[in-house]
Amino acid sequence: MLDVFNNVFTPSNVQFMAKGMALTLTLSVSVVIISIIFGTILALLRTYEKRFLGRLAGVYIEVFRNTPLLLWVLVCCFMIPYGSIVMRGGLALALYTSAVLAEIVRGGLNSIAEGQFEAAKSQGFTLIQTLTFIVLPQCFKRIIPSLLSQVITTIKDTSFLQVVAIPEYTRSGFVVMGRYTTTPEVFMIFSVLALGYFVVCFSLSCLVRSYQKRTETAS
Amino acid sequence: MKSSNPFALWRWEKMFGEWQMFGEGFLRTIEVAALALILAVVLGVIFGVISTSNNKVMRGIARVYVEFFQNTPLVIQVFFMYNGLAIAGLRLSVFAIGVLGVGIYHGAYVSEVVKTGITSISVGQVEAAKSQGFTYIQYMRYVILPQTIKIILPPLTNQAVNLIKNTSVLAMISGFDLMYMADSWASSSLDYGPSYVFAGLLYFMLCFPLATWARKYEERLKRNDIARVPFDPSEEAVTC
Repeated sequence: MLDVFNNVFTPSNVQFMAKGMALTLTLSVSVVIISIIFGTILALLRTYEKRFLGRLAGVYIEVFRNTPLLLWVLVCCFMIPYGSIVMRGGLALALYTSAVLAEIVRGGLNSIAEGQFEAAKSQGFTLIQTLTFIVLPQCFKRIIPSLLSQVITTIKDTSFLQVVAIPEYTRSGFVVMGRYTTTPEVFMIFSVLALGYFVVCFSLSCLVRSYQKRTETAS
Repeated sequence: MKSSNPFALWRWEKMFGEWQMFGEGFLRTIEVAALALILAVVLGVIFGVISTSNNKVMRGIARVYVEFFQNTPLVIQVFFMYNGLAIAGLRLSVFAIGVLGVGIYHGAYVSEVVKTGITSISVGQVEAAKSQGFTYIQYMRYVILPQTIKIILPPLTNQAVNLIKNTSVLAMISGFDLMYMADSWASSSLDYGPSYVFAGLLYFMLCFPLATWARKYEERLKRNDIARVPFDPSEEAVTC
């Protein structure tokens, strides 16, 4: 057992996989930030703009929510001639995650009473002001749990990028695995991979739960 | 000279000449998705019910199942079945890996959905059922689960949509599903455009009706005030 451990955990392997984890985390954070911004714009359009742009946002959301992420990864990585492979993979993930986040934000927007718009208007707020100072802050406060669980999903989704050889955590694990042939060694690398994701995702899901408990007791 | 546009007409003609390939992949995706969904619902109901029981050990088992599968990527789970188990001497067919991998993964999500449904039914009903001499299995079967179904149908359908989309992970292990067929056609003919558009359209045809039905049904539930659960955006999370 100790042999296996020493065989697998060589300094170069550990360093290689740590780099993979760093890329996974960087990708996840950037994708989440871009998707929150783009998703919020989509949700606002779909909820409050009933003409062309609103419909367009609706079509975008439905298309991306009803087709697999892997398809978009392949499309972006094979059909876009610009940028590095990591950027293209990240773009695919961001396009896909934006649609999911848009629906979460829309759920939050729908839970805000219409009367608030009238109240804000009567106080001389413009639409943009109403949204930034009154509606969106309440909306985001309500959807924090769903947002966080979508962050977990996004972290797991980055593993789909291994298919185009982006050296994120899963890919780095598979590359290391290629050098080992015995069952205990391969199983150990699989465990390290699963554990890496588990530690990150589980801590986030604990955060979601403690937040939910706190807000439940507060209300 | 043929146009070099990635969406040129001749590329489409060439692809539709090979439509059987896409048809096969489409059927394979439907088969895997249907079987995986059955497995996910069975596992989801079992673990969902267990996770609301009074037995600590049982609750612990359900918790471990849910946390493990929700917090590790499907890609790793599937590759473990494909590479890991093969090295250990257990060779599963890619079809079996698809059904088991996707089914077990989504079972964890369905279990959470079922659990939320069960806990949304008031404790008074359990007490009432118990006072009438119902056993645990009986009141779950005749009192709790029938009511739960109504509430959990929309999130369950969303899970079904995610499950269909996630069967595409099979493409990574040459699973002969729709995504694999589309990708191999794309890379052998270099007609990426039509191939991906067509595959996307087929997935959309499967998922869109389900997703739309789920949304409409949920809106109706809310309107009729049947939904006992107060609004909680976290339940609308469409995570997968």
